[in-house]
Amino acid sequence: MSSYFDTAPRSARGFLDSGESGGGLLSWIFSTDHKRIGLLYLSAIVCLFLIGVLLGLLIRLELIAPGETLMGAQTYNAVFTLHGVIMIFLFIIPGIPAVFGNLMLPIQIGARDVAFPRLNLLSWWLYMLGGAMAISALFSGGGPPDTGWTFYVPFSLETTTNVSMAALGVFVLGFSSILTGLNFIVTVHRLRAEGMTWTRLPLFVWSLYATAWVQVLATPILGITVVLIILERIFSTGLFDPTRGGDPIMYQHLFWIYSHPAVYIMVLPGMGVVSDIIPVFSRKPIFGYMAIALSSLAIAAFGSLVWGHHMFTSGMSDMAILVFSLLTFIVAIPSAIKVFNWVATLYKGSIHLDPPMLFALSFILLFSIGGLTGLVLGAAATDIHVHDTYFVVAHFHYVMFGGTGFAFFAALHFWLPKVFGRMYDRKIANLSWGILFVGFNILYFSMMVVGLRGMPRRYYDYVPEFTVLNVMATVGSWILAAGLFLMFANLLRGMLRGAPAGDNPWRAATLEWSIPSPPPAENFAADPVVTRGPYDFKGAGLS
Amino acid sequence: MTPQIQTTTEAVDQVFLLIFGISVVMLLGIAAVMVYFAVRYHHRRHPQPTSQVSSNLWLEITWTVLPTLIVLAMFYYGWAGYLALRNVPEGAMEVKAVARMWSWVFEYENGRASDRLYVPVGRPVKVHLVSEDVLHSFYVPAFRIKRDMVPGMDNYVWFVAPEAGSYHVFCAEYCGTGHADMITRVEALPEGEFIAWLARVEDEGAGGEDLLRRHGCLGCHSLDGAQMAGPTFKGLYGREKRVLSEGRERTLIVDAEYLRRSILQPKADVVVGYPPIMPDYEGRLSEEDLEAMVEFLRTLQ
Repeated sequence: MSSYFDTAPRSARGFLDSGESGGGLLSWIFSTDHKRIGLLYLSAIVCLFLIGVLLGLLIRLELIAPGETLMGAQTYNAVFTLHGVIMIFLFIIPGIPAVFGNLMLPIQIGARDVAFPRLNLLSWWLYMLGGAMAISALFSGGGPPDTGWTFYVPFSLETTTNVSMAALGVFVLGFSSILTGLNFIVTVHRLRAEGMTWTRLPLFVWSLYATAWVQVLATPILGITVVLIILERIFSTGLFDPTRGGDPIMYQHLFWIYSHPAVYIMVLPGMGVVSDIIPVFSRKPIFGYMAIALSSLAIAAFGSLVWGHHMFTSGMSDMAILVFSLLTFIVAIPSAIKVFNWVATLYKGSIHLDPPMLFALSFILLFSIGGLTGLVLGAAATDIHVHDTYFVVAHFHYVMFGGTGFAFFAALHFWLPKVFGRMYDRKIANLSWGILFVGFNILYFSMMVVGLRGMPRRYYDYVPEFTVLNVMATVGSWILAAGLFLMFANLLRGMLRGAPAGDNPWRAATLEWSIPSPPPAENFAADPVVTRGPYDFKGAGLS
Repeated sequence: MTPQIQTTTEAVDQVFLLIFGISVVMLLGIAAVMVYFAVRYHHRRHPQPTSQVSSNLWLEITWTVLPTLIVLAMFYYGWAGYLALRNVPEGAMEVKAVARMWSWVFEYENGRASDRLYVPVGRPVKVHLVSEDVLHSFYVPAFRIKRDMVPGMDNYVWFVAPEAGSYHVFCAEYCGTGHADMITRVEALPEGEFIAWLARVEDEGAGGEDLLRRHGCLGCHSLDGAQMAGPTFKGLYGREKRVLSEGRERTLIVDAEYLRRSILQPKADVVVGYPPIMPDYEGRLSEEDLEAMVEFLRTLQ
């Protein structure tokens, strides 16, 4: 950011200007400004994401040939565990809410900040502390955890690696997530500007609101579960040990009661981003506003009741499988409704294929593939065959990376020009999107096929008939990495040295585009009064 | 042989076909409409939006009800297929599969044990799944069957091999360092050959190498010097080893007494650089078998 301070006139630096303090580190890490906290999250999360990507590339490199290629089994097990823990707990769960929720939610509802700014800062500190603890588990105790991100018992109780430290890190991260959720719920209820009725809320806000409830209600279960793991490891309480009246299946229930709803914590905000972007680049109101808003709530509600579909092979009763399979199919419906409404929004619009839109449209496609492969996993008969194979790995990467990840990239391209007041090179952004999209599909489609053919997950070595598809996946991972590199380099360069973006480069109608870029410290010179919907371009004089 | 049993593969593949068929149609439909709109209404061709319609109740109802019917159908067939995996046909042969870190042993009713699952072609087989340590999962992709092996819990799968052949068995539930090595095979033999195999109880298979294989030792210890989860057996006898005994490191020469102790109470002396994860064999081996194994290791140079 230093070059930014050098070149821009002070009055145009908005919240990026630190005034008398001169912009030192302290003016950031103790700031209670929601936008500064958003940028703190952004820098930490992007760094951790890149580490996660690097670990993913290492996994793919090991799998380029059968046998031991690059690392032994123990190292490989630690690498995929770390990849999972970082990507899930440090990147994709906090990702969109902590970065873009913080940056944009208060402005989108016409507020000066979140309801509890200091609590918000505490959330960031807890995030950093939890992240540091999880990573320190690599270098302390019995060495890097090798359990997978699920910490399944009894293995996680028997392994000598430093599971307790990693679990404690996850416990702390959970608090960060709960507090952010709480903050957003209160903010949406209490701080909406005059005239900002519930039906005038941007759909991104709706999605964050639904997500926040899941964060607040489900995350405590995760906290309890990891504490039980630590107690088991230290005091051998026997809660999950069948020889002492415990039950390993009970652990799986506890784990997934949080970790399945967590999937919706990850994907709902991404759906919100896409719902905000598509109307802007179609120049017409979103189709089915109420259907999209209510389906977010339906997903949050039903998504909390389907955890058992991770356990169809566990030995859980057939009655439980019947019920969880049915509920899993029910939760597919609100997602389908969203997809149909997004596509309908394009109809008779005036489509601009700018970078945010390309990422948003590919979100629809990749998320649809993720959702449809989810049907295979929801049906009891077919789940049995593909459970714990690469089919599942491909499925959740289509949902989490093709869905949430691409939505995160869409949000970067959509909102960073607002945050920094500068525009990236759009041609390079489009090119990087193309490379990413191609690499992504080569990588994960190959995984899907090799999974259908029966290759189990978490194998550092495999039988020779799976070789060709694994080589394809690895080559795909290189293309993907090239696209990521180009995208981040272009964004970074754009934010530091790009041409001025103006206040409203996309001619969008939500409130954040009505104030200067970068936004001033308390967002609005005078509290706004809202008189129209979030996608009423005509009413905003933008058509 | 029971004629006309629906195999587990047939039961599951019908459901795959149904779900994939509908999914491909839906995906192509969504993609085609999306791409068509993006091209047809691109701002260069269509500079102004010509509709500001923002909702349509009938459309919403249609694309809520139709997907509901579709997913309910998928749910029903998915459940029906699953029942086929749970309902074992009458007259199934029973085998016990025992999994431990990181090997398989299959035990037959007549006392025969093997590290591969030999079955007769055309006869349903019910496999009881037992784990001795952590979670494992018995997975045969060719038969579309998988079930976790949970310590203290009685799980099962069944299948019928429609033709003679050799099929992969994978451990599908992550179980630590040797997870990816926990691979064996179902060997489907013609009925006659199978009966002959089953009848060869122990006798000529009581050699040291067979014993090591049957008790799962070769899941972690190689015979050819290859690096696995545990030290190799090749050239072990007479070699000098650094071991950890009750927390103290010491050096010893591998002799018959050390080999016996390392089989019965492996955690007494753990070779430096390896984790203390081997299960105890105390009380699980006959004296003759133990002697045969030690004798075999002594001669393996």
